[in-house]
Amino acid sequence: MGFYVAQFLTGLASAASLFLVASGLSIIFGVTRIVNFAHGSFFMLGAYLAYTIVQVLPHGILGFWGSVVAAALIVGVIGAAIEVLLLRRIYHAPELFQLVATFGVVLVIQDVTLWIWGAEDLVGPRAPGLDGAVRILGEPIPEYDLALIVIGPAVLAGIWLLFNRTRWGTLVRAATQDREMVGALGVNQSWLFTSVFFVGSALAGLGGAIQIPREAVSLLMDLNVIADAFVVTVIGGMGSVAGAFLAAVLIGELNAFGILVFPQITIVLAFLVMAVVLIVRPWGLLGRPEAPQRGAAGPLEAPLRAATGPAMAFAATVLALLAVLPWIADEFTLVLVGDILVFALFAASLHFIMGTGGMVSFGHAAYFGLGAYGAALVVKHLGAGMELGLLMAPVAAGIGALVFGWFCVRLSGVYLAMLTLAAAQIVWSIAFQWQDVTGGDDGLLGIWPAAWAGSKTVYYYLVLVLSAGGIYTLRRIVHAPFGYTLRAGRDSSLRVDAIGIDLRGHQWMAFTIAGVFAGLAGGLYVFSKGSIFPDTLAIPHSVDALIMVLLGGVQTLAGPVVGAVSFTLLEDWITRFDYWRIIFGAIILAICILAPEGIAGFALRLLPGRLTGRVEESAR
Amino acid sequence: MMIRRQMLATLGAAVLAAAWWTPAPAADVIKVGEINSYTRLPAFTEPYKKGWELAVDEINASGGIGGKTLVVISRDDGGKPGNAVKIAEELVSKDGVALLAGTFFSNIGLAVTDFAKQNKTLFIASEPLSDALVWAKGNRYTFRLRPSTYMQASMLAAEAAKLPAKKWATIAPNYAYGKDAVAAFKKALTKLKPDVEFIEEQWPALFKIDAGATVRALEAAKPEGIYNATFGGDLAKFVREGSLRGLFDGRTVVSFLSGEPEYLDPLKAEAPKGWLVTGYPWYDIGTAAHETFVKAYQAKYGESPKTGSLVGYNTMLAVAAVLNKAGSTDTEDLVTAMEGLSFDSPSGPITFRAIDHQSTMGAWVGRTAVRDGKGVMVDWFFADGANYLPSDDEVMKMRPAN
Repeated sequence: MGFYVAQFLTGLASAASLFLVASGLSIIFGVTRIVNFAHGSFFMLGAYLAYTIVQVLPHGILGFWGSVVAAALIVGVIGAAIEVLLLRRIYHAPELFQLVATFGVVLVIQDVTLWIWGAEDLVGPRAPGLDGAVRILGEPIPEYDLALIVIGPAVLAGIWLLFNRTRWGTLVRAATQDREMVGALGVNQSWLFTSVFFVGSALAGLGGAIQIPREAVSLLMDLNVIADAFVVTVIGGMGSVAGAFLAAVLIGELNAFGILVFPQITIVLAFLVMAVVLIVRPWGLLGRPEAPQRGAAGPLEAPLRAATGPAMAFAATVLALLAVLPWIADEFTLVLVGDILVFALFAASLHFIMGTGGMVSFGHAAYFGLGAYGAALVVKHLGAGMELGLLMAPVAAGIGALVFGWFCVRLSGVYLAMLTLAAAQIVWSIAFQWQDVTGGDDGLLGIWPAAWAGSKTVYYYLVLVLSAGGIYTLRRIVHAPFGYTLRAGRDSSLRVDAIGIDLRGHQWMAFTIAGVFAGLAGGLYVFSKGSIFPDTLAIPHSVDALIMVLLGGVQTLAGPVVGAVSFTLLEDWITRFDYWRIIFGAIILAICILAPEGIAGFALRLLPGRLTGRVEESAR
Repeated sequence: MMIRRQMLATLGAAVLAAAWWTPAPAADVIKVGEINSYTRLPAFTEPYKKGWELAVDEINASGGIGGKTLVVISRDDGGKPGNAVKIAEELVSKDGVALLAGTFFSNIGLAVTDFAKQNKTLFIASEPLSDALVWAKGNRYTFRLRPSTYMQASMLAAEAAKLPAKKWATIAPNYAYGKDAVAAFKKALTKLKPDVEFIEEQWPALFKIDAGATVRALEAAKPEGIYNATFGGDLAKFVREGSLRGLFDGRTVVSFLSGEPEYLDPLKAEAPKGWLVTGYPWYDIGTAAHETFVKAYQAKYGESPKTGSLVGYNTMLAVAAVLNKAGSTDTEDLVTAMEGLSFDSPSGPITFRAIDHQSTMGAWVGRTAVRDGKGVMVDWFFADGANYLPSDDEVMKMRPAN
């Protein structure tokens, strides 16, 4: 009995930490609709700052808690500054574009932290007065855990009071429900958004700061916490703080008891719970359906036009250049351009559901990876050749997309995106854990092209034909009646429904098509690298694709290709430098501010309309 | 608007120019490619980089390789195997390096191993521990420097077998390294002491340990001995929760690599006491060769060396030794020279075995203690790697024919 009580309390203590991070994320998203990737970085900064401040302040209870609060406040100020200097400039960019900016912030903060605090893990002091353990029913429980169990609900109560008993809270709740109406009523939205960012970031900083008596402060904290924070937020319902608390307790307890039965489960447990919750309750435990946004996100997207003569001539020139590349470039350039082509196809497939279908995927790497693993597995276990492997890649990914897509298209917005993320994490954990078949973390080796395609030049042509062909096919589908239907469904699902179109069926089909082409890209990738590892399926890879699409411009068909080219070239070039992440982050931030419609969208805006076929007058 | 357009154009041009920019070749240098996860795990790879940079300086100061300057082109793989392979392609086909060295994570090591085999390029894997690298997935072109999982687990098992503990629990991060470390220890200990039992195992996600719950689960099994392979932030959390909850009281704890400064230093006075560990007690080694290394390292960087520093230093010693011995940069000559290559290092003589391409670099085995508020290793001895490798027959069975 005592054992289970102790395990329960341990779960509650973990839940408190989770809740603090997730609540801040939830508040920020609720009001600003920004998917803030930098939230984990704020958590990490909170821990580092508290570590430093606690050594300056006089040792003791006041000094310890003083440093925790000070760290939280400083992080709040940093968050507010980022809102004012950066995010405020891009609120009118296409939906989700702000996440690119927060991704840039993540990179910058990583290197700044490394530069200030160094690479070595830092172990802070324990909390004075709470550095021992007490026995409850004969089981030792750390006093600090008990403190956390109190702090969690206390913060929840504080947020509740702030939201329900102050004018500011009323405005925040109103903005969460309908931010346009709040603006129309004369509330200064800029000030509201900045203050929300302050509170949300301070909560993340607090979450990090109170970790110092429990864990080592390290440079990995940001990425370790961010996925969990999103999961908790989504399970609870985006924008619902009470929901975040409930979800944190659920995850904390399931984890504490889950490891007693099946220790390996921890890598995927939270995502499994999220998948189940979203399938049963599409807006999380306590969330509400997202209110339709009335033109809040910048100018309406202009309808796509067929390519004009000059545009086709340009595309033909690029293709011709690519075709003669083996005669003018060295071997490595072929490898690099091959990589770019593969990623361009991958990004184009994501853009197909995102830009055309209006379904954002945070887990698109799953289909790239399924294709790569599909190809690798038939080569490894069935002794098949490259040809069958390349055929198997889109098939495997297509089947995966067919299965997961059926669940995902039932949702919308960020919830849909998070369900795709859960699906990707489930696939990742299978590849990671099923060592006998997938090789686990050690991956599958020796997946090289067939002898006839063994030379770099021949394989380059193979990649060029299949990638360019894939991108062209996707483009054709967008301009076919199927594509028109998808675009119509994205812009007004109600109208599409009203004229008798099975939108969900179309979306499901689109999801599967995107999966097939991502799988083809994965297949091409595995034969060019010779090996495949679970990291191909992991979150960072999905994020890369997302950044490519958004950076290139989600509202143009050339966007994903331009994004893939710039992202891959930039990365290849910049990683040569020390502290490359801060340079990379700064470039991404510069692009965000200069070209909020993405690089391709920006270029199109500058070109005269007769070249682009774009209607000159604004659609609004 | 004009300014924006110009800025973007300049940016684009800069990117394109840089991507195709190639440094001019020089005749009097020998280029070596080096790849590691510098941004993913700087706590481990920074000391490593400092180590090999010191070695390169010393090698070039004493005349280089047969009069030619040793130039190392070092690149960050960002922790992604696919990136590492792409970089390897560039280093070999564009920069024309004589050989490749480096890597930390086992999966990246394996990816480059496979690349080396496919492209017939010599690869000296410096840091990855995976046994597969030289055995199950070994090949003609890959050699590994650091004592492997199997070797270090055998060193620990040999000492653990002398202790009375019979019921063991294990805790290791849930990925290939953790699984290998547990499997190797179980096998080695069971061989030496057939009546041991393994009654509980915990597999926390890497760098995401739920330490409280995990410690409770271990405690509930009431083991006599605990075998730990967690590291980095996980280790700090595990140690903190474990000592608070009395998990280590009266129990034997055997811990993989935890005596290395990378692991012990951050824990400061909270470092565990009396754990049986493998590690690197650089402060007490005291041999002349090692003292010279420590002094040079401290003089150059103003900080104490870590295990990575020693591995990095030895990596470049190996590179210089093989280039000198082969007298050419032809891969086949280099591979022939690597097989059986011997050289002296701060940690004693090292030989790359011809049979499986594993080096005989050893490790230090001892107990942890706290001295002047810092975690240290005491009662240690140097375990020569050559004594902790399987028999030739076993190796032949595990390693595919080239």
